[in-house]
Amino acid sequence: MAPNSPPDQKQGFVEIEPVLDTHHTMETVTDKISAIPLSNTLPRSILGVGFAALLLLGSLMGAIFFLVVEGTGIWGINQPVGWGFDIINFVWWIGIGHAGTLISAILLLLRQEWRTSINRFAETMTIFAVMCAGLYPLLHTGRPWLAYWLFPYPNVMEMWPQFRSPLVWDVFAVSTYATVSLLFWLTGLVPDFATLRDRAKGKIAKVGYGIAAMGWRGSARHWQRYEIAYLLLAGLSTPLVVSVHSIVGLDFAVSVIPGWHVTIFPPYFVAGAIFSGFAMVLTLAIPVRAIFGLKDMITLNHLDNISKVMLATGLMVFYGYGMEVFFAWYSANEYEGFMKFNRMFGPYWWSYWALILCNGIIPQILWFKKVRTSPIILFFLSIIINIGMWLERFVIIVTSLHRDFLPSSWGMYAPTKFDIAMYLGTIGLFLFLMVLAIKFLPIISQFEVRELLHKKQHKNGH
Amino acid sequence: MKQPTANSMYGMVAEFHDTETLLKAANLVREAGYTATDAFSPIPVHGLVEALGIRRSRLAGIVLCGGLAGAATGFALQTYLSVFQYPHVVSGRPLFSWPSFVPIIFELTILFSAFAAVFGMFGLNGLPKPYDPVFNTPGFNRASTDGFFLCIQSNDPKYDPAATRALLEKAGAVQVTEVAKHPDDPE
Repeated sequence: MAPNSPPDQKQGFVEIEPVLDTHHTMETVTDKISAIPLSNTLPRSILGVGFAALLLLGSLMGAIFFLVVEGTGIWGINQPVGWGFDIINFVWWIGIGHAGTLISAILLLLRQEWRTSINRFAETMTIFAVMCAGLYPLLHTGRPWLAYWLFPYPNVMEMWPQFRSPLVWDVFAVSTYATVSLLFWLTGLVPDFATLRDRAKGKIAKVGYGIAAMGWRGSARHWQRYEIAYLLLAGLSTPLVVSVHSIVGLDFAVSVIPGWHVTIFPPYFVAGAIFSGFAMVLTLAIPVRAIFGLKDMITLNHLDNISKVMLATGLMVFYGYGMEVFFAWYSANEYEGFMKFNRMFGPYWWSYWALILCNGIIPQILWFKKVRTSPIILFFLSIIINIGMWLERFVIIVTSLHRDFLPSSWGMYAPTKFDIAMYLGTIGLFLFLMVLAIKFLPIISQFEVRELLHKKQHKNGH
Repeated sequence: MKQPTANSMYGMVAEFHDTETLLKAANLVREAGYTATDAFSPIPVHGLVEALGIRRSRLAGIVLCGGLAGAATGFALQTYLSVFQYPHVVSGRPLFSWPSFVPIIFELTILFSAFAAVFGMFGLNGLPKPYDPVFNTPGFNRASTDGFFLCIQSNDPKYDPAATRALLEKAGAVQVTEVAKHPDDPE
C-alpha cells in the first residue's frame, strides 16, 4: 500500500462504506434497533403491506378450504403432469429459505463481519419461507390430517416408510431443517429479548419480552455456553442446508424422467437456492433499510457483498443450464435430446427463454459496481431473479413431465384459479409474518452488532 | 453469617464502564481468592471466563453425545424396519442397503446435536429462570445495553461487606451496591 493512500484502501480494493458506522456507541445502536419493536406505531407503508398481505392470507384460507372439501382435483395437476404448482412452489420457497441459513451459519464460520446486521433478517425470512414451503407437500397429500403417515410410527396397518426413497429422505430433511432453523433463530433472539425486556415501558411488553428472554442476564458463564452452542449450531446448519436442497434435487434426479435424471441436480439446486434466497433478502432488505433509516447498519457494502454472492451463484446456475444441454447431446440419448428440444422449442418455449433471460442474462449487469451499489436497480433485479428462479422450477417440472416416452401419454398443464390463489396466499402469509416480525422483534441482531462495534472500535487503536 | 442480615443479602455488585476495567477487576477479584463470582455484560467478553477462573463448559461433549445418539437412532431405525420388521425388496436392492440409509442418519445426527446444543446450553445455564437476585441491582437494566457488572456473592467464604466493597472500589467500579436476595428487603 502506498504511504499516502486513503486509510480505507486495502489490497487494491476500496471499501465503499464500512459495514458499520463506528461513530455509534453500544447505546446508540441498541436504541436505534429496539426503537422499532418498542414504538407503538408502524410506518404507513409497512401497514399497507401488512393489510395487503392479510387479504392474500384470506385467499390462502379459501384455497385450503376448497382443497380440503373437494380434494386435489381442483388443482391443475393430472396425468401426465402430476407435479404442478404444489411442488414448484415448495422448491421455490425452500430455496428462498436457504439464504438465511447461509448468511447466519456459513458466513459466521467464515468470519464475515458484514453478516452481522442482516443475519436476523435473513433467519426470520428462512423460518417463514420454510413454513410456506411446508404447506405445499402437506396439502399435496390431499388429506393433510393424515400427514403423520409420512413418519415411521407403529400402526395397525403394520406398514412402514420405504427408506430407499428420496421422498422419505425429504420428509426428514425438511422437518430437521425447519426445527434446527427455528432453534438457531430463537437462540439468537434470547439476549435481544432481554434487551427489549429491560427497555420496555408498557406492562404487556415487559411481561411478554420477559417471558421470551427466559431470564437472560448476560452472565459470563451463560455467555460462554451460549457462544459454544451458537458456533456449534452454525457448524451443524452448514452441512444441513447443503443436504436439504441436495435431497430436494435427488427427489428429481433419482427418477427416470428425461430432464430429471441428471447427476448435477443436487449441487445445481443448492446454488440456485442460494441465488434465489439472496435475491429475496435484497427484495425485503432494501425497502426496510430505507423505511426505518437503517442505512448506517445495512450499508451499501452489504448490498455489494450480497450482489457478488448472487453473481457467483447465478453463474453456477447458468453453468447448470449449459450442462443440461451438453448432457442431452453428449449422452446421445434420444429421449434426453427430445426433452431438451421440446423444452426450448415446444409449447412451453416461452418459459425456458424467459428463464434464461431472468437468471442467465440480466444478472450479468452485476459485474458493474454501479449496479451493485444502486439499491433501486438491485431491488428490481432481485424481483427479476425471484421470477427467474420460479420459472426454473416450472421449466424443470412441467416441461419434463408433459412429454415423456410415449406420445400417446403426452399432455399439457395449466394452473387453475385455486393453484394461483394458493400461491398468492403463501406470498401473503410470508409478507404478513414478516410485518409481524418487524413490529415485534429486533430485526437486526443487537448483541452481535454491539459485539462487532466493540471489536471495530478496539481494533482502531484503543 | 457474621451478622443476622447477611443471609438476606445476595452479594456485592459493582458496575464498570467498559470491558477493560471489568477484565482487570475480574483478575483482581480472582487473585484476591474469591470464587463465588460472576460477571454480567451486554456482549460476550473474551477472556472474562478465564479472568474469573470459570471452568470450560462441558457443552461440546454433550452435543457430541447428542450427535452420536442421533446417528445410532437413524441407523437402528432404518436397519430394523427395512431388514427385520418390514422386509420388502425395492427395485432389486438388498434388504440391508445401507448407503440409502445415509441421508436419514445424517439428518437425525444434525437434529439430535442441535437439540443437545440448545437444550444443553439453556439447561446448564439454568434457564428459564425469570427471577434472579442480581436483577435487584440498581441500573442493572443497562447490563443488556452497555453496562458491565461484576458480582461477588455473599456465600463466598471470603465475603465481607466492607472489605469486598473496598476491593471493588479500588478495582475501578463506578458504583458498588450490596444487593438483597428479595426486592422488598431493606438494604
